[in-house]
Amino acid sequence: MTLADYRKSRGEPAIQEAHEAAHSEKHPSAREYIAIGLVLGAITAAEVALYYIDISRNVLLTALAIMSIAKFTLVVMWFMHLKFDNKLFTYLFLLGLLGAIALFTIVLVTSAADVV
Amino acid sequence: MAHASTAHLETSTGIDNRKLLMWFFLSSDCLFFGSFIAAYLLYRDRSLVGPYPEDLFDIPFTSVSAFVLLMSSVSMVLALAAIQRGNVRGMQIWLFTTAMLGALFIAGQVYEFTEFHHEGLSLSTNLFGTTFFVLTGFHGAHVTIGVLILLSLFVYSLRGGIQQKDSLNVELAGLYWHFVDIVWIVIFTLIYLVQP
Amino acid sequence: MATATVPRRSALGEALAGVRHAADENPGSLLGWLATVDHKKIGVLYGVSAFLLFLVGGLEALLMRTQLMFPNSDVLTNDQFNRLFTMHGVTMVFMVVMPLSAAFFNLMVPLMIGARDVAFPRLNAFSYWTFLGGAILINISFFTGDIFDGELGAPDGGWFGYAPLSLPEYTPGNGMDFYAIGLQILGLSSLAGGLNFAVTILNMRAPGMSLFRLPVFIWMTLVTSFLIIFAMPVIAVALFELTFDRLFEANFFNVDAGGNPILWQHMFWLFGHPEVYILILPAFGIISEILPTFSRKPLFGYAFVVFSGIAIGFMSWGVWVHHMYTTGLGTIANSAFGISTILIGVPTGVKIFNWMATMAGGSIRFKSPMMFAVGAVAMFTIGGLSGITHSMVPSDYQQQDSYYIVAHFHYVLFGGAILALFGGIIYWGPKFTGRLFNEPLAHIHFWVMLIGFNLTFFPMHVSGLLGMPRRVYTYDEGMGWDVWNLLSSLGAFCIALSVIVFIVNFVYSIMMKRGAVAGPDPWDARTLEWSITSPPPHYNFATIPQVHSLDDWWHQKYREDADGNVIPAMAGAALATEVAHGGDGGEEHGDEHHGDIHMPSPSFMPLIAALGIPIMGIGFIYDYALVPVGATLLLVGIYGWALEPATEED
Repeated sequence: MTLADYRKSRGEPAIQEAHEAAHSEKHPSAREYIAIGLVLGAITAAEVALYYIDISRNVLLTALAIMSIAKFTLVVMWFMHLKFDNKLFTYLFLLGLLGAIALFTIVLVTSAADVV
Repeated sequence: MAHASTAHLETSTGIDNRKLLMWFFLSSDCLFFGSFIAAYLLYRDRSLVGPYPEDLFDIPFTSVSAFVLLMSSVSMVLALAAIQRGNVRGMQIWLFTTAMLGALFIAGQVYEFTEFHHEGLSLSTNLFGTTFFVLTGFHGAHVTIGVLILLSLFVYSLRGGIQQKDSLNVELAGLYWHFVDIVWIVIFTLIYLVQP
Repeated sequence: MATATVPRRSALGEALAGVRHAADENPGSLLGWLATVDHKKIGVLYGVSAFLLFLVGGLEALLMRTQLMFPNSDVLTNDQFNRLFTMHGVTMVFMVVMPLSAAFFNLMVPLMIGARDVAFPRLNAFSYWTFLGGAILINISFFTGDIFDGELGAPDGGWFGYAPLSLPEYTPGNGMDFYAIGLQILGLSSLAGGLNFAVTILNMRAPGMSLFRLPVFIWMTLVTSFLIIFAMPVIAVALFELTFDRLFEANFFNVDAGGNPILWQHMFWLFGHPEVYILILPAFGIISEILPTFSRKPLFGYAFVVFSGIAIGFMSWGVWVHHMYTTGLGTIANSAFGISTILIGVPTGVKIFNWMATMAGGSIRFKSPMMFAVGAVAMFTIGGLSGITHSMVPSDYQQQDSYYIVAHFHYVLFGGAILALFGGIIYWGPKFTGRLFNEPLAHIHFWVMLIGFNLTFFPMHVSGLLGMPRRVYTYDEGMGWDVWNLLSSLGAFCIALSVIVFIVNFVYSIMMKRGAVAGPDPWDARTLEWSITSPPPHYNFATIPQVHSLDDWWHQKYREDADGNVIPAMAGAALATEVAHGGDGGEEHGDEHHGDIHMPSPSFMPLIAALGIPIMGIGFIYDYALVPVGATLLLVGIYGWALEPATEED
């Protein structure tokens, strides 16, 4: 018995159908991708502008952090399609990303480094 | 195992093997870049001799090059959108554009590296030279491999090798490409913009 | 990229397809082995290579133990001794235990989950050939010194390669370059394997095999694969940093430039601690399969054993500083990691109790695989207890860098992992060779090995606590260490004897085919691999099995009657039919039906690609001209791989 037959015997839709059903409403259009691209460009411009403005270091760092996280999220969730895909991909990616951040934060703190 | 084109229908999770592999790989690559970034951050401001970052960084130049890489992500996703709709021509145009933007980014990196080198920064000069060149060098190597992959796909598609049903190949290349872009987002912010 | 429709094949394409057909038609030929993508053959390749390297590592150990047998010995010089302890560690960790585990992943994973092969057969082959290239590269280093003068060129900075000792200023010569580059290559091989098995286990399970019906060995393989996927990049970075420092005068660990050698230790142990769980979890999986079979009882607390494995996987990331207590990181860091290290003993303890509970009340048959499994549990427990004593920061201050540590890790790695792996060889070997090992010989092997092992390593607890440091090539008399070292050395020769017994058993039972015919299910076991012939057909299962429960094969064979007694569910003839047809529920199949099972075609591309990598490595050490040569081979292999179809048309 193939996996496809097994799913049919349990009344589950074939993977391909389920996949397509989920997908058809959820693909961003070319227009949306370009819009996101413009937002990415605008955020980058803002980051650079902030670099030159005379503001306190803490404000600068916070603002830069927020903006780069925003860009990161946009690319990962929309361009890499993580928002619309199987949750397993999100969990896998977060495992590596958050794991790396946690581990190296500990390394840096333990080494009493000046992180910023 | 059934014929490869329908393989993803037969998997226990419903996900294509190759797509799952790519996400595992990208997750793993987070650790790779995380390690080099940590080394950079550990040694930030600890170089005993110059040149130092503030002597060398040309923020306007690097911002343009960061922008180029970001736009290459846009063209990449447009290439994928095209082939998913069966538009082979559109995919080819956007694939080629992405590769060219990537090559432009690399050209920018090469220019930046040679400039810094002329100013006296090498791998062995100080901690900054070591950590900067190795981190951005490995990132650049990733981009270069990406450009090779994109150009290979492009050439292959010229021979009719990529049709709508093969869009996964472009999607996989896209995932790799976007990842390399987000690594640069992190590097650009942490290394260039955040300075003492 | 094999799914695309390409216009007609070029002449080159046709020629390459022809070579693949030749390999397919003659699977037993040299061509067949070089181009194999069959997980069963790749498993054999890993197993044989790892065993040969076990003999190499063992020889290195015997030489060291000969030198240390008596005080003030000069059998070996201090330089030779340094090379040997470095290579013994590198060999045993990276070229014996890891590839032996890889052998079992390869042989068992598809069979236990009811699949025909792994998710990426060519990547699988690439993993093996890359491993072989790296293993050969590192071992060649022995011969790069003036060997007739007794000068060994092998790495000599310890298997953990601490900076700044590993840098050219303190360790001139090429040895540490072979270390850095060789380990890099081995790491790549492992990473490819980890990725492959993670996808295989998640994606290629037979219908009905939900995650909580997976055999525990598969769960342990899955956790190990996750650990490999996340730990290998860290050691890769550490090794790149070392390589750049050594070859290109970078400053990662250069104190004069302000660098911090402790960075190396962080990177190495961030990888290194998950690595030791990578070494032991597959062995835990093997034990979890053997104990229920020979107790005729299901594994006690399946969910606990699975969850404790997952917990160990997560927690293994949070303890690495316990290798660095004495580096001066401070009270807070040491205390935090001391607590986390104490805590990681808990999930392992959970497993040990569940194993004991599995045996309790069971109908135990002390066949040789069972002996090895029980021995492994006992020896691992001892090693785990000494490990817990290391977790206490102040007591570790005394133990660090002494023979007490050597005792600990040999109890867990030899006593735990190696004994379990031998158990696995005797338990599962017959599935692939079709022959059982000789039981009396296997029992002799076990007892001589167990006694020899304890004789070698137990005294090291004592000499360690009496202050004997690690990695010293000799010691003075009157330190109180003499008798313990003598005992250890005698024990080492005893171990060697037991290995000879195993080799005799292998030659006699398997190579000379004097072992009893195994049949499909010689142990009356519980899992799917026992439902097919020994050896299995190349396609594994005639029809992919339909799984209804945990230990599905057991439940096909047996059910419980009204009083709860276990009785056969099928009569003898029906059982035989079941097995002959690969457990497919008795549908009739002729051999001609199996003609439409398309297995992936053999391929030379993984071998070609893998060959390029050590050539690049040698190029970086000796002559940069070789680097583009190796890179070209790698690229040719990769492009060939991408452009060829996974399965050639007939």
